[in-house]
Amino acid sequence: MVMTGNYASAYGAKLSRAEVIAAYPITPQTSIVEKLAEFVSSGELRAKFIPVESEHSAMAACVAAQTAGARTYTATSSHGLTLMHEVLMWASGARLPIVITNVSRAMAPPWSVWVDHMDSIAQRDTGWLQFFCQSDQEVLDTIIMAYKACESRSVMLPAMVIEDAFILSHTSEPVDVPDQELVDSFLPAYAPELKIEVGKAMGFGSLVKPDQYMEFRYKAMQGMEDARERILSVEKEFKHIFGREHGGLLERYRCDDAEVVLVAAGSVASTAKDVVDAMRAKGVRVGLARIRAFRPFPHQELRALGSKVDGLAVLDRSYTFGAAGAMFTEVKASMYSLQRKPAVKNYIAGLGGRDITPRTLEKILEDMLVVSKRGAEDEVEWVDVAGLPRRWR
Amino acid sequence: MTKGHKELPLTPVSDTPSTINLTGLWRVVRPVVDLSKCKKCTLCWKFCPDAAIELAEGEPHIDLQYCKGCGICSFECPAKCIVMVKEVGR
Amino acid sequence: MIEVRFHGRGGQGVVIASEVLAEAAFKMGFEVSAFPFFGVERRGAPVTAYARIDESPIRIKSSIYEPDYVVVLDSSLLRGVDVLEGLKTGGRVLINYPEASPLDGVPSGFKYYVIDATSIASAHGIGSQTAPIVNTAIMGGFAKICDKIDIEPILESIREIAPVKVEENVAAAREAFERTREVSL
Ligand code: SF4
Ligand code: SF4
Repeated sequence: MVMTGNYASAYGAKLSRAEVIAAYPITPQTSIVEKLAEFVSSGELRAKFIPVESEHSAMAACVAAQTAGARTYTATSSHGLTLMHEVLMWASGARLPIVITNVSRAMAPPWSVWVDHMDSIAQRDTGWLQFFCQSDQEVLDTIIMAYKACESRSVMLPAMVIEDAFILSHTSEPVDVPDQELVDSFLPAYAPELKIEVGKAMGFGSLVKPDQYMEFRYKAMQGMEDARERILSVEKEFKHIFGREHGGLLERYRCDDAEVVLVAAGSVASTAKDVVDAMRAKGVRVGLARIRAFRPFPHQELRALGSKVDGLAVLDRSYTFGAAGAMFTEVKASMYSLQRKPAVKNYIAGLGGRDITPRTLEKILEDMLVVSKRGAEDEVEWVDVAGLPRRWR
Repeated sequence: MTKGHKELPLTPVSDTPSTINLTGLWRVVRPVVDLSKCKKCTLCWKFCPDAAIELAEGEPHIDLQYCKGCGICSFECPAKCIVMVKEVGR
Repeated sequence: MIEVRFHGRGGQGVVIASEVLAEAAFKMGFEVSAFPFFGVERRGAPVTAYARIDESPIRIKSSIYEPDYVVVLDSSLLRGVDVLEGLKTGGRVLINYPEASPLDGVPSGFKYYVIDATSIASAHGIGSQTAPIVNTAIMGGFAKICDKIDIEPILESIREIAPVKVEENVAAAREAFERTREVSL
């Protein structure tokens, strides 16, 4: 079928047999929940659809339903996600494997409805797994895989599947919708060890004194660490059944023998593959490493890559004021323990929906080839900003 | 006893209801209701923070296993029919 | 790869036109991608949508700046919007244009095609008499001007996408396919 990323999200939730969906509409997420509401009202999806008055409530409803043993789903974007922030923390601390779609969109002001990763990046410390997608197909597949990985006994943490606003959410692409029976065989019903049970008195979320708090956080840390292996094994199984894979935590494209590699997340990484091919055709040894999982972060995978290349050009579609791009600081930290470190430079691009063209990506890689030999003037450079002397298009 | 992380569940869950906490042991003053003046307004029942008051045909009856002696019922009662008296001999 | 840009106004179904094309091309075995100009939709405001069609999977997610085809759903946009911006030399332009009026004042270097999609849509009762919906009719015309896209898959995808008056939409597209003609300058 040809469908938008938003419909791919809705189909992903439907195929995963989400039992409770609580959502509040926001541009450009709205068509996800419209489609799911349609599925529920037509009876195609047996689920409880809860319209709520805010995203904070949407996540609270998911937390409650998941605590009662239901598989839950919601979708949001930008200000909606940041309004959820408090409850996102609750979901991970309570070890509830909720899966949501975030249609990644810029934070205001200035008011913007376009792609930018600031909303998602701002949630990096909430204890959620975060997957940045590059195609509509990946969105659908990742939702199904995320439920499976997150519901593993060793993980039990929530996950955020991230679609770029409009570039994926409203772009129609061919998407293979797998058979329900196949998905059912891959993803069994949610059966948590602990849940609210009628007639059984239990207290959830009770006070924990300083003598035991750290132990619970330690366990959550272990869950996130175990998620690394689980993401890979789940994807392997997914590939075996459905014939597709999306690159684990870090997708590497033509990185063998590359001098310089572009590190990026989201839809821009897809465009970058065309750029890598075009530059390779001219004999320039470049590659792409796509950060698919931002949490857990692929430190090891990046170190293995970093030890073999001269330079990493890290593209961030958001900016952490007072520091640098968040992907960049993580990538750079990963390189610290290497004997032979590559040059690492941060390129801030595509904020608030600014189009990142193939030409811009080519220029970034060309710049990095120079930087890897001669060093960078600035470790962080803002790309394609009007009023700055450098031309990037 | 502090438990090692391996002995703990994923998230704190208690399988015992909060009724095991006999908050009546905290009490130093005890509410005494003069039912002859009670207007059956149920305000004391609504305000009691420990849900220690039960209503029987509109009349409040205080469960002293749980009443912690905070005095809120006495303060709120519009008929001024709940007085707090010192606990002696406990 | 062929790249197509659609111009119209909010409410005319510009985005749907791009989706009809993508669905039709997909049926013919092509890889496709269709997307709106990422804007905030308002009725009457100029709206742009895009489509890419290729033999191999489409990975580029950046916008289209140099289309091979331009489809104009509302001739009033010829004034005010630079519908020809970036169009490749020799590129083709399909315009919903009133039957009787001559197309003049357009620059050379491109191939122009016209179809009175408004009259056709209105004759088939699609949309209201004051605001006929022309997206299905004009896509019939597109099958005429594009060598890679056949009319049958266009009709098939209209059948799937049209929410109401399915056969009327199909008939309008077929009629437009037959009546679309090239304008020699
Ligand atoms: S004194 Fe406090 S705890 Fe006791 S019954 Fe009155 S309100 Fe409840
Ligand atoms: S508040 Fe006073 S009057 Fe009202 S029900 Fe309680 S004891 Fe009776």
